[in-house]
Amino acid sequence: MDYATFRGISTVGMLILFIGIYAWAYSSRRKKSFDEAANLVFADEQNHDNKIAGEESK
Amino acid sequence: MTHTSPSHADYNYTVIRQFAITTVIWGIIGMTVGVFIAAQLYWPQLNFDTPWLTFSRLRPLHTNAVIFAFGTSALFATSYYVVQRTCQTRLFSDKLASFTFWGWQAVIISAVVTLPLGYTSSKEYAELEWPIDILITIVWVAYAINFFGTLFQRKTSHIYVANWFYGSFILVVAILHLVNSAAIPVDWLKSYSVYSGATDAMVQWWYGHNAVGFLLTAGFLGMMYYFVPKQAERPVYSYRLSIVHFWALIALYIWAGPHHLHYTALPDWTQTVGMVMSVILFAPSWGGMINGIMTLSGAWHKLRTDPILRFLIVSLSFYGMSTFEGPMMAIKTVNALSHYTDWTVGHVHSGALGWVAMVSVGALYHMIPRLYGNTQMYSTKLINTHFWLATIGTVLYIVAMWISGVMQGLMWSAVNADGTLTYSFVESLQASYPFYLMRTIGGVFFVAGMVIMLYNVIKTIQAPKGSLTEKQAL
Repeated sequence: MDYATFRGISTVGMLILFIGIYAWAYSSRRKKSFDEAANLVFADEQNHDNKIAGEESK
Repeated sequence: MTHTSPSHADYNYTVIRQFAITTVIWGIIGMTVGVFIAAQLYWPQLNFDTPWLTFSRLRPLHTNAVIFAFGTSALFATSYYVVQRTCQTRLFSDKLASFTFWGWQAVIISAVVTLPLGYTSSKEYAELEWPIDILITIVWVAYAINFFGTLFQRKTSHIYVANWFYGSFILVVAILHLVNSAAIPVDWLKSYSVYSGATDAMVQWWYGHNAVGFLLTAGFLGMMYYFVPKQAERPVYSYRLSIVHFWALIALYIWAGPHHLHYTALPDWTQTVGMVMSVILFAPSWGGMINGIMTLSGAWHKLRTDPILRFLIVSLSFYGMSTFEGPMMAIKTVNALSHYTDWTVGHVHSGALGWVAMVSVGALYHMIPRLYGNTQMYSTKLINTHFWLATIGTVLYIVAMWISGVMQGLMWSAVNADGTLTYSFVESLQASYPFYLMRTIGGVFFVAGMVIMLYNVIKTIQAPKGSLTEKQAL
């Protein structure tokens, strides 16, 4: 395979990869787990702070 | 009250305290050296005819001190804090943690001794000679084992996005350091790079720009993704955006280096790749900035009362500004005007003071009281004073350098009708002269803020546990 073909294929490969990342990140199935993940910053202080009560993650 | 998360006593806070305090101290030292060399450009006699006080030797001391002593200590401190708290587990190894602290201080002390003595590999931001490079490698491997080891033993199922940024910073800095510092020693304090010519230049700026991308950006974005939501008391604006932000940023940054070598012996196509990738990099950079700032949506009023949050949000604004400026300066036609002028220096400091230093300061103000059993700093008023000193200092600095830089670019490229240069170099230097004073004053403002911070930190550490929790923000 010559270099130009390699470059073309790798560019298309990267494009598909990034579309895949978008689709993965924005699929509605993952919304719940991402919401949980986003709340990880508060998860370890719930014994001190109950203002996010009801979202007990663990 | 039913929870399985460990109490704070289970975390290793010792190493974080050590790194947090040294961050403030090295910050003051590194920035003071910066102010000193800025003053030398206005009052050249300030080198006192002493070789180790010359600009050429103190400038690398300044850059190493602020990047590797101040900035990297801040990253050590916050990454150890964030990884423990978001993984709800203690650090992988206390011994390795202690080793990274003392090892890193040894690296810094070696730099403080060797750079003024004139020992340098002459690679920008990688000046340290080979024995110190080996020590850096050993400390960095210990850091990586400790950080990733902590991730492996996490009690949570998800790895919080801040840790992805910290992890990529640790991994990529290791690769950059190993590749760029490859050298053949001729004696204990002299070595020659294994690369030569244009290859050497390309490797150097591949390193140099990715030190900006992964140390000064990815690492501090990790800080942003933890401390902005924490201080704003609301989760990050879009966790999905943070994932796209992460992969896009790390995929693009690695290609941007050649923009440091426009119109040089570097092949044209490489320069074009560097330019195009730098321009595209604008998108993920602003994605991250928007994600950080929008975390405050619905809670903007907090900016009025909370100077820590103000530090964090203003740092993001400077980040947005310099990541707009950077891609623009990477365009070859703009670069023809800006390169080798003070504009570059201004651009760097808009990122370094406005983004890196201010986000670190905000994170430290959040973290330090919590490391000592309190939730508030000793004085919120003094944080506010620091905020204004830092903001005014940064603005004075970058405005001075913009004016001076654009003026230099225009004067250097001005030609008469017969093709001769309109201005001599010395004429452009004279035109820049007043702005060097303005820049120095900006630096003094910034350092003054850091000194106030040190006082506030000392008072906070001395305060009894639990005594600084009820204080209302001013």
